[in-house]
Amino acid sequence: MIEFEYAAPTDLDEAIGLFAQAGDRATLLAGGTDIIVQLREGLRRADLVIDVKKIPELSQFEYAPETGLRLGASVPCWQIYENESIAAAYPALADAVRIIGGWQIQSRASVGGNLCNASPAADSIPALIALGAVAHLAGPGGRRAVPVAEFCTGPGKNVLQSGELLVALTLPPAHAGSGSAYQRFIPRNEMDIAVVGAGSWVQLDESRQRIAAARIALAAVGPTPRQAVQAAEFLCGKEPTEENLHEAGELAKQVATPISDMRGPAEYRTHLVGVLTRRTLAAAVERAGTFQP
Amino acid sequence: MTPVKKHVTTKINGESVEFLCEPRQSLLEVLRDDLALTGCKEGCNNGNCGACTVVLNGRPVNSCLVLAVEAADASIETVEGIAEQGHLDPVQQCFLEGAALQCGICTPGFIVAAKALLDKNPDPTEAEIRFSLAGNLCRCTGYDKIIRAVQAAAQARLAAQQSS
Repeated sequence: MIEFEYAAPTDLDEAIGLFAQAGDRATLLAGGTDIIVQLREGLRRADLVIDVKKIPELSQFEYAPETGLRLGASVPCWQIYENESIAAAYPALADAVRIIGGWQIQSRASVGGNLCNASPAADSIPALIALGAVAHLAGPGGRRAVPVAEFCTGPGKNVLQSGELLVALTLPPAHAGSGSAYQRFIPRNEMDIAVVGAGSWVQLDESRQRIAAARIALAAVGPTPRQAVQAAEFLCGKEPTEENLHEAGELAKQVATPISDMRGPAEYRTHLVGVLTRRTLAAAVERAGTFQP
Repeated sequence: MTPVKKHVTTKINGESVEFLCEPRQSLLEVLRDDLALTGCKEGCNNGNCGACTVVLNGRPVNSCLVLAVEAADASIETVEGIAEQGHLDPVQQCFLEGAALQCGICTPGFIVAAKALLDKNPDPTEAEIRFSLAGNLCRCTGYDKIIRAVQAAAQARLAAQQSS
């Protein structure tokens, strides 16, 4: 691995100052499960590695049913699925972080890092988009908020400007009658990268018989995660019957423009979009039927 | 220019340890090359195989994906700290008795991860064991014996608890 300096600021402003000063010569370290490999294999160069895990705004999370979740950018995966309230309110996110790498990876890898790495196949991003998450950024120019749906701009690329960092993610409160799910297809049982991933969220109406609102997001079907807006709009006001969920899956296929690679041909990936959209919608509806905040 | 070495104080297997490291060095590198704790193995060096698993602040991690400098003021448990006062842990004993190894390179990582699992979940199902050990690879493909050894260790620990 190429030599670099290491700093672990304990204050957000100090981190922003260091990052702005070093510019493109610096990289941020949270869980390190992507960054350390990239530095070691020469895929990323840095003279300075800034460890952000000692900054309270990034390392802490807060959840209240009335206000929702504020998730610091460096909070590791296990803290989400081992927190029963958070896992019950945001099951799609819990589904995703349970299958990012193995147990050892989940001890370190953060959702914020998974987002910033901006892999088209990232497991947590469709879940975040389906759940309506917002990314909160800070940099020398101040603070701003960007919906996670607009955060990724290409493979490995995102909206962060030079010197800007991801501070936290916020998820809106989960109401009674809401549910969500994330599933991916991989040829192995665990420890693999999604051939296709799908995250779905639904809010049932007061009768619990119809879908009042829905969001669907997909991974590994294009250069960035994709939102299936038309499929979600189709479901509004409809009963979650097998036919309607199937139709939503067919509509979701229309936003998929996958490539063919070693993980699967484009045609197969498009087929998987239909299957996983339908299955995650069904799982989300089932969870919505019993969820009480 | 070589970066200034960092002075790190940490706790390894219950004992306070100090070392100097370069920021680029992994915890695995320092454990093996500087502290002579060669139980953790370098397999893939990119977080796939789990042969370098140690417990960092109560959580299993791949030590190849931790910078040694990040271990400052932490608590680390390695495979060397698992046997107590010369007595093998039930996980080690059951791996031995069940011949749950072939070449042995993956074994320390499996033992550290399996013990961490049983400390958290003393009576796991087979599916839970397989899911929790998915981050540990055995390329001699002896998984079934490994799973059976972990099941036997869980039973041995529960029996020891009941009799005490």
